[in-house]
Parts: sequence; C-alpha cells; structure tokens
Amino acid sequence: MAENIKLEIVTPEKAVVREDAQIVMAPGTEGEFGVLSGHTPFLTTLKIGTLHYKDEKGIERYVFVSGGFAEALPDKVTVLAESAERRRDIDIERAKTALERAEKRLASADKDVDIIRAQVALARAMHRMSLAKV
Amino acid sequence: MSSLKEVQLKIHSVKQTKKITKAMNMVAASKLRGAQSSMEAFRPYAGKFAEVLGSLAEKAGEDASPLLVPKEEVKKVNIILCTSDRGLCGGFNANLIARVREFIEETADRNLEITLTNFGKKGRDWARKSEFSIADEYLGVIGGTFGFNVASTAGRKLIDGFLDDSYDEVYVVYGEFHGMGKQVPAMKQILPIPPIESEEQEVDADTPFLAEHICEPSPDELLGDMLPRNINIQIFSALLETSTSEHAARMAAMDNATKACDDMVDELTLLYNKARQAGITADLMDIVGGAEALKG
Repeated sequence: MAENIKLEIVTPEKAVVREDAQIVMAPGTEGEFGVLSGHTPFLTTLKIGTLHYKDEKGIERYVFVSGGFAEALPDKVTVLAESAERRRDIDIERAKTALERAEKRLASADKDVDIIRAQVALARAMHRMSLAKV
Repeated sequence: MSSLKEVQLKIHSVKQTKKITKAMNMVAASKLRGAQSSMEAFRPYAGKFAEVLGSLAEKAGEDASPLLVPKEEVKKVNIILCTSDRGLCGGFNANLIARVREFIEETADRNLEITLTNFGKKGRDWARKSEFSIADEYLGVIGGTFGFNVASTAGRKLIDGFLDDSYDEVYVVYGEFHGMGKQVPAMKQILPIPPIESEEQEVDADTPFLAEHICEPSPDELLGDMLPRNINIQIFSALLETSTSEHAARMAAMDNATKACDDMVDELTLLYNKARQAGITADLMDIVGGAEALKG
C-alpha cells in the first residue's frame, strides 16, 4: 500500500478540505488526472467539475470545484478554487435557481447578455446538481 | 446657575447616550472578530496563490498577458475607493477620502480623467458631491459578510475596462489594518499589474523549485489565467482589510465616546451636587433668619 498524500482544498472564504488521501482524482483542463503519493511536481488549471478522492479509510469523497488550479507535489496536493463544496454541502435549491436564471439569460435575445458568463454559470449549476444527486 | 431639574435631565440624557455608544462598541467588537476570522481564512489561499504566481512569473515571458503591459499614455484612471457604509467610526472615512484627494493633487498636472469605483456609501456620497464621475458603486458590502463573488464581479468589470481602453490605470484605496489602534489608508496599483516579485527565496527550502513542475497548459497560459484572478484577490483582500479596519475604528471611536460620556456625567454630577448644596444652604439661611426674627 502506497503512502497517503496530503490534500488541501482552499477557497478565499475557507479551507474546505484538509486531510490525508490515498488517491486524488481532479478534473484538469487538459483531462482528468489522478495523483498518488510521489507524483512529479505538476501544476494545472482545473475545469468546473468534480474532484474526488479516497480518504484514509478508503471512503470515496466528492468535492465540487470551480475556477481553480491544482499543484501536485510528491507529498501534497493543493487545490486553490474560487468556489468548492463537499457534496453534502451543496445547496441544491440555489443551484436550481442559478440554472433557471442562466437558461433564461441564454434564451433571451437581449444583446447585453454575456453569453460566456451565462454558459459558465449554467455549467456550474449543472455540475452541482448532478453531483448532489449521485 | 442652571436649575437642579435641568442638570438632572442633562445627566439622564448623557447616560442614555452612553448606553448607545457602549452597545455600539460591543457590536463593533463582535463584528471585528468576524471580519478578522474572514481575513484569517483568506490567508492560506492568498499565500499559496502568491507563491505559485511568483514562481510562474519568473518562468513566463514578459508579455504573457496584456494586463502586465503599461499603457503608453495614461489619461484615464479609475480609483476603487473602499469606505464604510456607516459613520460613527471617527476619522476613518475622512482619512480614506483624503488619500484620494492627495493622489489627485499629486497628479493634478497630468490632466488625468478620474473615475471612481465606490465600495461603501460614505465614499459614494463624497464622490457624488465631487467633480468625478462614478463608474460603479457597491453598497452593503464592506462591514458585512460578503463572498469572493463581489470581488470577482468588480474585478471583471475593471479588467474589461482596462482591455477596451476605458481605463489606463486602476488603483485601489483601502484601509489597511495594522492592529486595533492603527488603520492606515493605503493606495495600491492594480492595473497594469506591477512587476510580480517572486517569493521563491522563502519557500525554496521545503518545496521543490517550480522549474521542475510540469505545467499544463504552458506557463504563459497558466499565468494568463491566474493574473485576472490575482486582481480579484487583491480587491477581495482590500475589502476584507477595510471591513476589519472599519470595525476597529468604530470600536475605538465608541470607546472614546463612552469615556467622554463618563467624564461628562462626572462633571454634571458635581454641578448637580453644588446646586443642591447651594439650595440647602439657602433654605437653612431662611430658616435661621426666620428663627432669629421670631426671637425678636
């Protein structure tokens, strides 16, 4: 059994996760990647999506991340995200309203609508909801 | 000499005021704790971010991002002015506004076209009366609890403004928190991004040099992605500092007010006692005089 790796997920508002993990799987912009202890130093941006890891007892944990990047070192993974929530902390109601709002914005013909922003909001809301339902 | 009744009323009213200032002091103290813990929670993120950014900046080329490039001619300047929404915090807001004025006077000969982005009502009210136009205003942020999204919304607008030449430079004026008794109005350049100093020396010992990192995508692209975020971080940190400073300033102001109330009550009580004593003396004189007269 390989050694555990330290995982830290921090947002500007708080540290979401700070514990040891057996393996960390994160959604990099160029593809999902897994990190075990002893990984080569690695730095990448993250997509909106789900990071999952096995905690010390081997239980699978899921964390929603958006707007972040990850740094992997041989003994530690640090994720800096603008927002991150554990699955149990996801506010489904809020995600639902965000989803509706984004859909409405995309559907409207108004030229002032920032399409890219609305699409990002939509993606965030959909990811949150699908993760919460798993 | 004022009548007994008047002095009594005055004492009563000062005592009431003292109750209010004391309560405000305690409210500010508890809000200060909240603000300080937000600052505390933000530190790991900001620290790590600066560390990675510093080492990336060393690797990436000079022109990795248009946000790094100063404009050839600086005409349009946007100042983000962070003040509190509410008063009763001593000279806190006045000092921040004075810092902006100072900048304006220093640059008076450059004929700058200055616009303001206001966080907080006090600064907004000042800006409305001044000759500068308000680009944006955000009320109800400073002093309360707010999320990172406030900073990123403001940050995005400023970055867009910088890129489409609406602004040539962006500064932020905020209250730097130096501890309970000391809040310093500070001014920082946000855009174009000043050269980033690498913090490599401090972290070298325990983390491998970033040159060994595999970067995905390329360092330049990573930096391009991180720089706008860094601006949001700067704004967020300015907001947090200003919030914390506001509460600290209010605590100090209310503490002084409470002490002043105490002093006033003391003085008035003295006055009251003197008046009462004088009244008794006068009454006694009357009685004695009356008795003497009766004796005949």
